[in-house]
Amino acid sequence: MIDWLALTVALPLLGAVFAVVLPTRARGIGMAAALLTTAMALSVSVQVVQGITLRSDLGGWGAPLGIGLQADGLSAALLVMANLVALGISAYALDYFDAGSRRHFWPLWLLLWTALNGLFLAVDLFNIYVTLELLGISAAALGALTGRREAVAANLRYLLVGLLGSMTYLLGVALAYTGLGTLDLGLAAQALTPGPLAWTIFALMLGGLLLKTALFPLHFWLPPAHAQAPAPVSAALSALVVKAAFYLILRLWLDLFGPVAGPAAGTLLGMLGAGGVVWGSWRAFRAERLKLLAAYSTVAQVGYLFMFFPLMAAAAIPRRQELFGALVLLALTHGFAKAGLFLSAGLLQKTAGHDRIAELGPATQSLPAVAFAIGFAGVALIGLPPSGTFVAKWVLLSESFASGQWWWAPVVLAGTLLAAAYVFRLLANAFGPGLQPGAAGGGDQSQCLVPIGRAVQAPALLMTLIAVVLLGLGAEPLWTLLQEPPP
Amino acid sequence: MITQLVYGLAGIVLFLLGVWSFLVHDPLLRKLIALNIMGAGVFHILMAVAYRGLDAPPDPIPHALVLTGIVVAVSATALALTLGQRLERRDD
Amino acid sequence: MRTRNALIIIALALIGAALAWAFLDAVAGQTDARLADLALERVPESGVSNPVTSVLLNYRAYDTLLELAVLLASILGIWSTGPALPGFLPAGPVLSGLVASVVPLLVLTAGYMLWVGGHAPGGAFQAGALLGAAGVVLRLAGEPRAGLPPLPWLRLAIMLGVLTFTMTALVLMAVGAGFLTFPLAVAKWLILFVEAAATLAIGATLAAAYLAGEPLAVPTASDRHGGIGH
Repeated sequence: MIDWLALTVALPLLGAVFAVVLPTRARGIGMAAALLTTAMALSVSVQVVQGITLRSDLGGWGAPLGIGLQADGLSAALLVMANLVALGISAYALDYFDAGSRRHFWPLWLLLWTALNGLFLAVDLFNIYVTLELLGISAAALGALTGRREAVAANLRYLLVGLLGSMTYLLGVALAYTGLGTLDLGLAAQALTPGPLAWTIFALMLGGLLLKTALFPLHFWLPPAHAQAPAPVSAALSALVVKAAFYLILRLWLDLFGPVAGPAAGTLLGMLGAGGVVWGSWRAFRAERLKLLAAYSTVAQVGYLFMFFPLMAAAAIPRRQELFGALVLLALTHGFAKAGLFLSAGLLQKTAGHDRIAELGPATQSLPAVAFAIGFAGVALIGLPPSGTFVAKWVLLSESFASGQWWWAPVVLAGTLLAAAYVFRLLANAFGPGLQPGAAGGGDQSQCLVPIGRAVQAPALLMTLIAVVLLGLGAEPLWTLLQEPPP
Repeated sequence: MITQLVYGLAGIVLFLLGVWSFLVHDPLLRKLIALNIMGAGVFHILMAVAYRGLDAPPDPIPHALVLTGIVVAVSATALALTLGQRLERRDD
Repeated sequence: MRTRNALIIIALALIGAALAWAFLDAVAGQTDARLADLALERVPESGVSNPVTSVLLNYRAYDTLLELAVLLASILGIWSTGPALPGFLPAGPVLSGLVASVVPLLVLTAGYMLWVGGHAPGGAFQAGALLGAAGVVLRLAGEPRAGLPPLPWLRLAIMLGVLTFTMTALVLMAVGAGFLTFPLAVAKWLILFVEAAATLAIGATLAAAYLAGEPLAVPTASDRHGGIGH
C-alpha cells in the first residue's frame, strides 16, 4: 500500500537528510531527490485529475485526533506547478554554486521543497503552522547564502517579518482550538458560526499570512530579500514561497471562512491588491537593477491575485467558478514566468558580472536564448495573448464590468501598461548597439563577458514557454480539474 | 472558569506587549525577545485551554502544541541570532 | 515618532479588546472538553501511558517529524553563515570542578527523562534540551566544540532524528501498516527507538547552534584560545 501524499512530503525530506550526511555528493543526491519528488507529485495530480480526491490520515487515527493530508483540484494544480518549477530550478542550480556553497544549498533547498509539498497537501491548522515555519526558516537561510552584508540584512528582516506573521497565525489557531474544539480544517469549517470569534480568527490567520504573501502595504521586506538572494533562490522565493502563502489564504477563505468571508473583506483585499499593482509596477519601472525589477514585479502580480477576491465574493456560483479558475491560472502562469525571469537574470548577471539594466546590452545580445526567455516571461507578465495571464486578466476585466465593480478595470489597465513599459525597457537591451564584432582589445571592462554553457539556459526558456504557450492555449483541462465538486 | 480566563487574558496581554515591542524597538535582540514574548502569550492561551479544573486530567493536545511551538521558536531564534551575529562581525 | 508610537498603542489596545472579546466568546461557547476526552480515552491504544507523549509521538507524529526538520533547517542555516565563533578561555579550577560534576548529571538526567517519558512527564524534547544545556555549559567552560563529536559524526547526529523517524514511517508503510501508523504490539518500542534518536539529534543541534557557525573540520590552535579576554 503506497501512501502517495505522504511520499510526496517524505521523499525530499529523505533527500535533504542524505545530502547532509554526504556533502560531497550533495548535487547528485539533490537532483535524484528532485526527479523522484516531481514524479511523485505528478502521479498524485494524475490521480486527482482522474476524479479521485486523495486523503491520507497519518497514523491511522483520522480527524479530529490525527493529522490528515488531502489533495483536491486546487492542491494538484499548484503541486504540479511548484514541482515542475522546482525541478527546473534544481537543474539550473547544478552548476550555479561553487563547491563550497553546494553542500549548504542542496539540503536547505530540499527542506524548502518538503515544506512546499507539505503545505499544498495540509489540512490541519497547527500542521500548517509548523510547515510554514519550515518554509520560512529554510527560505531565509537560502536567501542569505551569498554571505554579502545586504543579503544577510535583507533576509534577516524577511525572517523576522515571517516570524511575526507565523505568531499571529498561531494565535489564530489557538483561539480556533479554544472555540471550535478541533484543528482539522473540514471539522473546523463545520463548527464555525459567524460571530466575534470567527471574525477574530479570520483576521488573525489572514493577517499573518498576508505578511508572508507580501500584499501591499505589507510587502516592504520582499524586494531587498528577493533581489539579494542567489538567482535560483530568488526564483524559488518569488515563484513558489510567496505562492504557497497565497494558496493558504485561498484555501482558508474558501474552505474555512465561507460564512464570514463576505464582500467587505473581499473589497478590502481587492483595494490592497490594487495598491500593490500600481506601486509594484511603478517601482519595477523605475528599478535600476534587473533582480529588483523582477522582485517588484512579484509585488504587482500578487496584487492582481488579490483583485479577484471582491469579484469572487460578489459573484454567483457559476461566475465564481470561472473567476476561481482564472485566479489559479494566473498564479500558475506567474510561477513559471517569474522563475524563468529570475533564472535568466541570474545568467545575465553571471555573464556580465552585474545586473544594472542600462548596461546589460552586450550580455543580452551574447545570449539569445536567454533574451528569448526574457521576452516570453515579459509576455506572460504583461498579459499578452496567448499567455495564461492574458486569459486571467480578460476574465478579471470582463467580470469587473459585468458585476458593476468597474473601478478595478483602470487599475488592471494601468498595471498592464506599466508592465509593458518595464518589459520593453528590458528587451530594448537586445536591440541596442551592444557588442561590436572585432572590438579593440583592452577596451573597457564592461565588455568582458563570461561564457555560459547551452544546457544551463534551457530551464529558463522551458519555463517561460510553458507560461506563455502551454498554459495559455491549454488552459481548458485546468478548468475541468478545478471544477471537481468538493468531497 | 476564572483560572482559564486569567491565564487566557494574560496571554493576550503578553502577545500585545510582544507586538508593541517588535514594532517600536530597533535592535535585533529586542525584536527577538519581543517575538519570544509573543510566543509565550500564545502558549499561555493554549495552557489556559488545557486546564479542565482540579478534578479532570488536563487536555494533552494543547500541551503537545506548546512543546512543538517552543522548539520551533527556539530554532527560529537561533537562526536569527546567528544571522545577526554575522552582521555584527562584518561591522568590524 | 511620538505620534507613531501613540497610534501603535491605540491600535494594539483596540486589537486587544477584540481579542479578549473573542476569547471570552470562545471559552463560553465550549462547555465540553474539545479533544481531551477523545485523546485520553485512546491513550491505551497508543503504546505509551503518558497522554502528551501519545499526542506527540503517535496521534500527531507528523507534526513532530516536521518539527525535527525545522531544527535541522535551522542548524543548516546557521552552518551556512560561516565558521564557528572562537571559544572561551579554559575555565579556572572552581568552574571546571562544577562543570565536571554537572555535565555527567545532565547527561544522566537526560537519559532518565527519555525513559520516563513513556509513563510520566518527560520525553525526547526535554531530554534533548538537557543534552543541549550540557553542551552549552561545556562551551562556556572553555571547551570550544561544546563536547560535540568531530564534523562527520556531527553531521550524522543532527540528521539522525529526521532519518530515523522517516525511515520508520516508510518501513511501516511498506509492510502495510500505513505511514506513521504504529501497530499496538510494537508501538512502545518503536516510539522509544524514535525518541532516542530524536534526543541525540536535538541535543547535538541545540549545542551546535550555540557555536553560531560551522565548526572547522580540523580543530586548530586558534579554536581553543581565541576570543574574549585573550
